[in-house]
Amino acid sequence: MTDTTAGPAAPPVAAAPAPVPRRARVRRGLTPWLFLLAPLALLITFTYAPVANMVAYSFTDWDGVSPELHYTGGHNYTELFTRPELFEVFFVSGYYLAASAVQIAGALCFATVLSFDVRFRNFFKGVLFFPYLINGVAIGFVFLYFFQDGGTLDSVLALFGRHSSHAWLGTPVSANTSLAGVSVWRYLGLNFVLFLGAIQSIPGELYEAAELDGANRWQQFRHIIAPGIKPVLTLTVILSVSGSLSAFEIPYIMTGGATGTETFVIQTVKLAFQFNKTGLASAAAVVLLLIILAVTWAQRRLVPDDRVDLV
Amino acid sequence: MTRRIVARTLVYTSLAAASLVVLLPLGVVLMTSLKTPEEMADDGGALTLPGDPLNFRNYATAFQDGRMLSAFGNTAFILVFAIGGTVLIGSMTAYAIDRFTFRFRKLVVALFLVAALVPGVTTQVATFQIVNGFGLFDTRWAPIALYMGTDIVSIYIFLQFVRSIPLSLDEAARLDGANAFTIYRKIIFPLLKPAIATVVIVKGITVYNDFYIPFLYMPSEDLGVISTSLFRFRGPFGAHWETISAGAVLVILPTLIVFLFLQRFIYNGFMKGATR
Repeated sequence: MTDTTAGPAAPPVAAAPAPVPRRARVRRGLTPWLFLLAPLALLITFTYAPVANMVAYSFTDWDGVSPELHYTGGHNYTELFTRPELFEVFFVSGYYLAASAVQIAGALCFATVLSFDVRFRNFFKGVLFFPYLINGVAIGFVFLYFFQDGGTLDSVLALFGRHSSHAWLGTPVSANTSLAGVSVWRYLGLNFVLFLGAIQSIPGELYEAAELDGANRWQQFRHIIAPGIKPVLTLTVILSVSGSLSAFEIPYIMTGGATGTETFVIQTVKLAFQFNKTGLASAAAVVLLLIILAVTWAQRRLVPDDRVDLV
Repeated sequence: MTRRIVARTLVYTSLAAASLVVLLPLGVVLMTSLKTPEEMADDGGALTLPGDPLNFRNYATAFQDGRMLSAFGNTAFILVFAIGGTVLIGSMTAYAIDRFTFRFRKLVVALFLVAALVPGVTTQVATFQIVNGFGLFDTRWAPIALYMGTDIVSIYIFLQFVRSIPLSLDEAARLDGANAFTIYRKIIFPLLKPAIATVVIVKGITVYNDFYIPFLYMPSEDLGVISTSLFRFRGPFGAHWETISAGAVLVILPTLIVFLFLQRFIYNGFMKGATR
């Protein structure tokens, strides 16, 4: 059926595109899948299969090792929400949430300042951003020494004549505040660079026009910069919320979760890998995942113009 | 006019204060790493200068006893494969999604997008069982597979670039008899160089700094990457802050060098990555 063009009665080809042979059509249809084979296999193996398994484990009493596991219904979930010590970790997230607010405000402030002409601009930009690139374990050690007795912080305070023998990581409140402070130190730079990029993509004529109209710096910020960076701002808010809920590295490295600094992820890791409570840990992970998805969903609903246009 | 001067002073004071807050903890650790154990015991406080600014003995201890050489080796091994894989996977996905119309294309895109919403820290309990099932646990291939997995950020960066390559190039090649794979290899991939550079930098820094995945999946001591090897300093070196500091500086230094040389690309990379 392929080679009909040789016949004398063949119609002129110009009207319709020549019919593509079936085999070639099948091959063309297959080509994208050849490229997607490996990516999709990895995606399903390492993202979707774990999520599905995790939900399944969360209804069992599995310990992660033995071949035996029993269906326990919603038991893990009730345990999670009724045992206060398991629930307490959410209060620790509060410290990191508060820190995020400080972080975003600070980043916004510095981004605005540095988007105008400032001397040593690149130096300040680099200094503010660099902490974000540093290895988390190294940051943990730098700040363990910072909060040591007689460490950096105490020495600096002594310079100002304040001799404190305060154990910075000694009580839950002060330890969590200190750790949250470290995460501000670490992540402010990322937010700052994102804001700066957004501010710089605002056309310069807008400022000139505003200046001609007699707008002062605050008004320029309020009416030009703020709306211009709104999408990035909401993005950082959601990144911060999910980051606060899933804080792990800094508290784990610095205190190992001692003195009331255990976060949700530290607890989950301990439940799963130290106490072999895979079922309970999975339930905890499902709860965290649902919270983060809800936050993301709320953000997408609140700011519909910040749509991801992957297609 | 005076208001302007006040504002300027305020701006520079705040910037200087912020720089101090960033640099002071790092500077103190650098100074500590150059001190002798006796100087540390002296209790002169953290801000005293080391007696001999060229005392690199702690670095030697940290490098040898902390097994930093094998840590850098393992990290390099993982970096090469994880980044190579990410570049291939990301560019192939982007090419397939942008250049072909096929059934379920929307579904495939949605699968990649939704995966981006699932934070890695939440699923590790279950991912662990899968990695273990493949027999990858406690090998260097576990983190490599996980890093390659689905890096939606790199897929997105590649997609932006593939879109900017004119379709007429593909068509011309197709007329010359090139098939899809040749087009990808000979035309698309070479033109993606700037995107590849971005992905290599962003991914490289992420992998170099990651702690969670190697910590969970490679517990044996021979397989320490720089994060986990440095983390192990807590045991043997306990309160030897001069050695721990030297280890921390050893780990930070490569990042600093890369940052100083590639500053502009790094900012752009992280901006593109996050604001996708």
